[in-house]
Amino acid sequence: MRRLYFLPAIRIALRGLRVNKMRSALTMLGIIIGVAAVITMLAVGTGASVKLQQQAASIGSNIILIVPGSTISGGARSGTGSNNTLVLADLDAITANCPAIEAAAPSVRGSAQVVFEEKNWSTSVMGTNEDYERVRDWKVTSGRYLNRQDIDGRTKNCVVGKTIVDELFGQEDPIGKIIRIKKVPFTIVGVLETRGQSPVGQDQDDTILVPVTTGQSRLFGITWLNAIMAKGKSNEQMGKAVEQVTALLHERHRIPEGEDDDFSVRNLSDMLAMAETQTKIMALLLGSVASVSLLVGGIGIMNIMLVSVTERTREIGIRMAVGAKGRDIMLQFLIEALVLSILGGLLGIGLGVLLSKIIGSFGTFTTQVTAFSVMLAFGFSMAVGIFFGFYPAQKAAALDPIAALRYE
Amino acid sequence: MIEVKGLTKIYSLGEQEVRALDGVDLSIARGEFVAIMGASGSGKSTFMNILGCLDRPTSGTYTLDGNAVAGLSRDSLAEIRNRLIGFVFQGFNLLPRTTAMENVELPMLYNGLMADERRRRAHESLASVGLTGREGHFSNQLSGGQQQRVAIARALVNGPPLILADEPTGNLDSRTSAEIMDIFCKLNEEKGITVVLVTHEPDIAEYARRQIHFLDGKVVKDEVRQGFVRTGGAQ
Repeated sequence: MRRLYFLPAIRIALRGLRVNKMRSALTMLGIIIGVAAVITMLAVGTGASVKLQQQAASIGSNIILIVPGSTISGGARSGTGSNNTLVLADLDAITANCPAIEAAAPSVRGSAQVVFEEKNWSTSVMGTNEDYERVRDWKVTSGRYLNRQDIDGRTKNCVVGKTIVDELFGQEDPIGKIIRIKKVPFTIVGVLETRGQSPVGQDQDDTILVPVTTGQSRLFGITWLNAIMAKGKSNEQMGKAVEQVTALLHERHRIPEGEDDDFSVRNLSDMLAMAETQTKIMALLLGSVASVSLLVGGIGIMNIMLVSVTERTREIGIRMAVGAKGRDIMLQFLIEALVLSILGGLLGIGLGVLLSKIIGSFGTFTTQVTAFSVMLAFGFSMAVGIFFGFYPAQKAAALDPIAALRYE
Repeated sequence: MIEVKGLTKIYSLGEQEVRALDGVDLSIARGEFVAIMGASGSGKSTFMNILGCLDRPTSGTYTLDGNAVAGLSRDSLAEIRNRLIGFVFQGFNLLPRTTAMENVELPMLYNGLMADERRRRAHESLASVGLTGREGHFSNQLSGGQQQRVAIARALVNGPPLILADEPTGNLDSRTSAEIMDIFCKLNEEKGITVVLVTHEPDIAEYARRQIHFLDGKVVKDEVRQGFVRTGGAQ
């Protein structure tokens, strides 16, 4: 029976809003801004978090990065990685002696001009071993990976990324073709699967993998390594893995008591987790700020509803005289508050989605509007309407019919 | 129809107590046409408010159509008003920015009638006061007399046995007043609706067979005019 009253009440509410167009628009503005802010902030937060997760996945899980420390020559300290103390023997020791490490791969790298027939391309060349596949969870889509024989025999075989194939071969099958890296001919034995951008925005597919031994002697002319990438056995063992590697290298490099290590060990998963936590905190913070504007919007609704109740005292009296009960009057004003907040909420969602698109199009932030954030914002605006509409509605319902009828 | 005993209403204004009604005993039978008269402050408005279930007496009993009304809750009173009483006010009291149709539908919003039925009854009711064709007019597009007709249609729409009219012609010229009073007479005679009319104009009171005079919260004169023949008005 009460149900039947809803439609006329909504019609009455809409008419009231139409009559006071400016006032309704200004009242809704608070809710519109609040909801739009919530949606936009959540979109920025979600976008950042999704991007981080993609990056985490593209690096591989449970990765430890070991890089040589800095050198000091004549008081000038070079940056991390400038030291030449990290060598292949360290890699073998880590693989053999660290039980928490599943696999480890070396890295010597540099950029090089690559030539195939009349085409050439500048790319990053990396010397590594067969374990790189496992460490990075990075397989080949065709051909084969580098293997032990390539490393031990210093072969001139290489595995290329998708970008190299695109740039040098187009539609042609690159397997078995010979390319020249720094004028040294290499045979392509495999093509890596696509990986996309790295966390710092590099094209990870723009790379060539060669045997570390060949890379050291034929391409870069060094005897040391630029880095070792190790993969922990499990997420739980990451702390142990870092400890074991640190202790082992500390001993192998004979670091004197009280001096800094000549290498550093970093847990990439930790860094990503930290970045993700920061993103979440930021999103939460922005969300809270946005909720405050929703709250202010709600107070605006309450204010306008109180004015409306006073203005329409006589109408309330008439309705009571012809048989409206307290709850009928209450329902009517609650519906009006709800219409305001829901209308504001819907407009706010539209504006929020638009803003998210605009912010996303600048390229600095990735934004993603989720169904959850839309529902949250909408639910929140409805709750605001009910909460702030309640007091004025109750005030209307409690009016004395005689006094209300005589109200001028 | 209406039975009041020892009806008393006391307002306290600070220290002072004002007895707006002081032990009123009255009974009005079904189908009567009663005019309640008296100067302002005589208690006639307070009496009407209590009769209309808009106010509750301080003491005394009030039985309306078999319902003991004096002790009922606000919500129960609202239900009684909806079902048993049609109000017509001096200032018309139509909702602003609302069509005649919607004004007449108003009482039916509160007793759960379906929309089709509401519309049908509102049409009928407007037709009975001669406003067919004006259903879609807004209150401010109607003349005073037409507005009062809408108010009467609204009062009738739930088929109440009692109509309470508080100075219904107070804002109207004499010609329109006569038209409105004719509608009341017709309702009284043809449908047997009890009409209680508050007025201070003797010529309006002339339409009523029974006249009750209030003074200082008491009934001072209650006269049923024998051999009453309805006079005046536009026939």
